[in-house]
Amino acid sequence: MTLNELMPFSVLVPLIAAPICALLPGRFLPWLLAMLATLCSAVIMAQVLPAAIDEPIRYAFGQWAPPIGIEFRTDAVNGFIGLLVSVMAVVILPWARISVNQEVPENQGLFYALFLLAFSGLMGMTMTGDAFNLFVFLEISSLSTYALVAQGRAKAAPLSAFRYLIMGTLGATFYLIGVGLIYIMTGTLNMLDLAERLPEVADTRAVQAAFGFILVGVGVKLALFPLHRWLPGAYANAPSAITVFLSSTATKVAVYVVLRLVFTVFGVDFASSMPYGEIFFILGLVGILLPSVWAIEQDNVKRLLAYSSVAQVGYIILAISLLSVTGLAAGLVHLFNHAVIKAALFMCVCTVIYQTGSARIEAFQGLGRQMPLTMLAFVLAGLSLIGVPLTAGFISKWVLIEAAIAQGLWLAVAVVLIGSLLAVMYIGKVAEAAWLKPAPEGRPPVREARLGLLLPMWILIVANFYFGIDTRLTLDVAYEGARILLGGQP
Amino acid sequence: MGWLGHFNYWVVVVLMMIGFYAVVARGNMAKKIMGLNLFQTSVFIMFISAGKILGGSTPILREGVEVYSNPLPHVLILTAIVVGIATTAVGLALAVRVRENFGSIEDDELSEDDPIDDEPAR
Repeated sequence: MTLNELMPFSVLVPLIAAPICALLPGRFLPWLLAMLATLCSAVIMAQVLPAAIDEPIRYAFGQWAPPIGIEFRTDAVNGFIGLLVSVMAVVILPWARISVNQEVPENQGLFYALFLLAFSGLMGMTMTGDAFNLFVFLEISSLSTYALVAQGRAKAAPLSAFRYLIMGTLGATFYLIGVGLIYIMTGTLNMLDLAERLPEVADTRAVQAAFGFILVGVGVKLALFPLHRWLPGAYANAPSAITVFLSSTATKVAVYVVLRLVFTVFGVDFASSMPYGEIFFILGLVGILLPSVWAIEQDNVKRLLAYSSVAQVGYIILAISLLSVTGLAAGLVHLFNHAVIKAALFMCVCTVIYQTGSARIEAFQGLGRQMPLTMLAFVLAGLSLIGVPLTAGFISKWVLIEAAIAQGLWLAVAVVLIGSLLAVMYIGKVAEAAWLKPAPEGRPPVREARLGLLLPMWILIVANFYFGIDTRLTLDVAYEGARILLGGQP
Repeated sequence: MGWLGHFNYWVVVVLMMIGFYAVVARGNMAKKIMGLNLFQTSVFIMFISAGKILGGSTPILREGVEVYSNPLPHVLILTAIVVGIATTAVGLALAVRVRENFGSIEDDELSEDDPIDDEPAR
């Protein structure tokens, strides 16, 4: 089997495993199948990515050549995202098993089936080279995500899921309108074919409207600043494992979709003829500052981190609004690093929820002494979020500032620095409660979490430092991906 | 033809605005779902009407017919309709759960910011 034939299985294996998972009884078997399926995807992506950097790997379904049939296509950009999504799932699942046992004790077969559907939808969005097919995968992952969010223990979980559903469906339908308009103008849905035919009709209002519809539609999915309203509730009320998974993958794949459509399909020339850069620049700046301030105000640490996620999307949006190779590379590398950082942070908080049953800031008081390993992990991941040297977060902010200075955008540099200071405040707020305040009187002593919860968390913490020191995998691939995106056809 | 030549698009735009208004302005969850359906349907109509060719026949191969309508948008929309039905089903199921938990599906009777993160339902 060649790599081209192997590549689609990274999506198909979890997709086929999902219904089987729903039928499996008990708790262990569904989890095992989910674990094997995601592991299979990760192994395939690890095989495909090195080859895809040199030359795109393509697979046409049913032997129908691309403009007519649907093709899967992997290059340095989506191979990178695909590897990120599948590896994160593999790291999160062992951790998830313990917390899911506590939070979703019944019907775990269905739970993991939904998880696999969400996962394969995200992988499909990453791999596909067809604009309509992307919509279908988007809806596969979204629908299962709504159901997963509603599984949360909080009373408001179904409400958050419902609000997410309304926003998400509006976003997906906006995307569909955009795809419809460019299909009407060009008569094709294949992304590469679209890229060839769109320049001819780029001056028409239909294509310009399509660009706007698509950006707003995907903007909802990636929690672009004014369209982020669904995110805090959905993250705060979802089951812990799903919060960790979504925070590290779902918005990242949506960012990839924006990159792919803006740069490969519409092209840089078209994007710069529209006010794309200006709008994303302003939304990026505001999107860093306001959600960071909101994060400081939160009493619930899960919500605090959710607002921080919106702010981190602001950094990525700021980076990709610069329309330069360094800017795009900064966006891609921050996308990767933020996935690792936020997964680690959410794991720490959710471990505290597992032990104490609460995510309120009062519940963190005195935990530094009672759960030292968890809270140390929180501080280290927090340092990475702030962007302290030797951590992954430092690398992405460094590249972003480099890109901003190259274009003389001192305002952006200032906002990145202020954003980091605000991050010091909200991370510091939690760290202070954990390490400096005494445990509230009358609370039974809390024990350190067990090894099964600590190990995946610390793997991510080590990864945070590893990718802060050795940037060969992250930064080099990100630069390569940025060059592919800006160079039009790879 | 004038503006009537774009009759199908006018229908789409009007339906889309009605649906969008219902989603955004109505507080009742069931009405929001209805608005969402209307909104999606308008997009389906846009796709399908784009596939129609004036004077074209149904896309079935037979003698004496040269011009066919484009079948592809119909096929795509079939998928989108299935997605829409699934969304409606999930949305209504969630509305039922919300009613079980809060006793209401009116937005203004529910909390603005879904802040009850710590309060377990079961």
